[in-house]
Amino acid sequence: MTEAENPGPEARFRAFLKEGKFMIQRSKSTGRHVFYPRVAAPGGGETDLEWVEASGEGTVYSTTVVRARPEKGGDFNVALIDLAEGPRMMSRVIDIEPTAVEIGMKVRARVGELDGAPQILFSPA
Amino acid sequence: MTRSLRGAAACVGLGMAGCGHAPGRSAMENLAESVHIALAEAGLRLADVDGVFAATAVHSMPAMSVAEYLGIKPTFSSGSNIGGASFQAHALNAALALEAGLCEVAIIAYGSNQRSAGGFTSISGPLPHEAAYKPRNPVTAYALAAARHMHDFGTTREHLAEVAVAARHWANLNPDAFAHGPLSIEDVLKARMICDPLGKLDCCLVTDGGAAMVMVRADRAKDHPKAPVYLLGAAMAHHHRMISAMPDLTVSAAAESGPRAFEMAGVGHRDIDLLMLYDAFTFNTILFLENLGFCAKGEGGPFVAGGRIAPGGELPVNTSGGGLSCVHPGMYGLYAMIEAVTQLRGQAGARQVEDARIALAHGNGGVLSSQVTTIWGRETAL
Repeated sequence: MTEAENPGPEARFRAFLKEGKFMIQRSKSTGRHVFYPRVAAPGGGETDLEWVEASGEGTVYSTTVVRARPEKGGDFNVALIDLAEGPRMMSRVIDIEPTAVEIGMKVRARVGELDGAPQILFSPA
Repeated sequence: MTRSLRGAAACVGLGMAGCGHAPGRSAMENLAESVHIALAEAGLRLADVDGVFAATAVHSMPAMSVAEYLGIKPTFSSGSNIGGASFQAHALNAALALEAGLCEVAIIAYGSNQRSAGGFTSISGPLPHEAAYKPRNPVTAYALAAARHMHDFGTTREHLAEVAVAARHWANLNPDAFAHGPLSIEDVLKARMICDPLGKLDCCLVTDGGAAMVMVRADRAKDHPKAPVYLLGAAMAHHHRMISAMPDLTVSAAAESGPRAFEMAGVGHRDIDLLMLYDAFTFNTILFLENLGFCAKGEGGPFVAGGRIAPGGELPVNTSGGGLSCVHPGMYGLYAMIEAVTQLRGQAGARQVEDARIALAHGNGGVLSSQVTTIWGRETAL
């Protein structure tokens, strides 16, 4: 497989994740942050997007427990997290009982692993 | 200036086939049989059909698949798929095409065999930045919205359960409904949790089923055996595909499609005799009552309490039993319109809403993503 000469923002994001970095985009002109990665800012269309490291600070916007039998891995959390920079993302809050995750809870991001691939996960701050 | 589509087209035929549990039948067979029933009701033949509007959860190019199977050569077709609200959008598009003379007889069709074929099917595309966390969609997405609504407004699981109980009471009056029998608030609360706060009985049925509707231009709407039911207003809106991209989990795009549909129809909330609201989950009904302006934002929970939307209540909602207790073969939107038309024809039997003149049928697709509101009326409403 040949290395892409000009990888798109999605591939760049994944490459950062592999290095253990949670990077998001920011428009130089508007200062607005963008997630998920795009070729231009949604709505405004600004193409002056640069990569910046996310602060990792977030707040639980909503949360649920996906119920699963123990033999299928057991219950797990799925949450929507509002990043301090503005954008919202889906993730999981871990290191806490899935039922104990609450809306409004302050959480902190880290690069963890799900099914062998690096992903952004959150723990209580 | 835009030309209003108010009353430009009407429904003159309805068909359903294979609803409930229909093993040994394909999605297309259920769809095609529904079309034949709808055409027979309209006094039309296949050869009369020149407009095809279809979406399914198994065909990526449904308009072509449907036209080929039926053996018709459309002059206009659309296989636009915006999830369960596709059919409300098809009604809007059919009215446009009919009014513009691009076709003369339009069919809107759906078919599924998901129950017999092994469960919920979907040709939903990939959801980047969500899939890795394994949301059990669509339930997880709706659960996240319900949880936020409960947090912001004090909506309770009992409020959600009221919706399921009302739907069951309507279904008990509908011999064609899939789920019959008593259902209490406690039954709903005690059911197995799927994604908090939504338990099994907060979720729609998984049935088989086909459905079809025939639409013609108003100038020939009276040439058919059944009394025509006119499309008075229709409007669509969507903001997101993935639940993580929904701007506010407590306000769907129905807050935009609703007012535009009312404006086109030239009617107000008090004129609506019954509502069909796409109830894939109990929470939907509460959210759409708010978003469509039947109660204030946040007050949907208390609004449905005490049987207000059940038989005998002051506002008839989901009179067939809805997706929760009547039928839900994966994409439900067409069934909401079929029940609205059935009620407006006065053919709803024991569940008939007295003197129903104007009905609202609201479609929802994806994960509270696409919202399409349609308003239908009898000739006296024109």
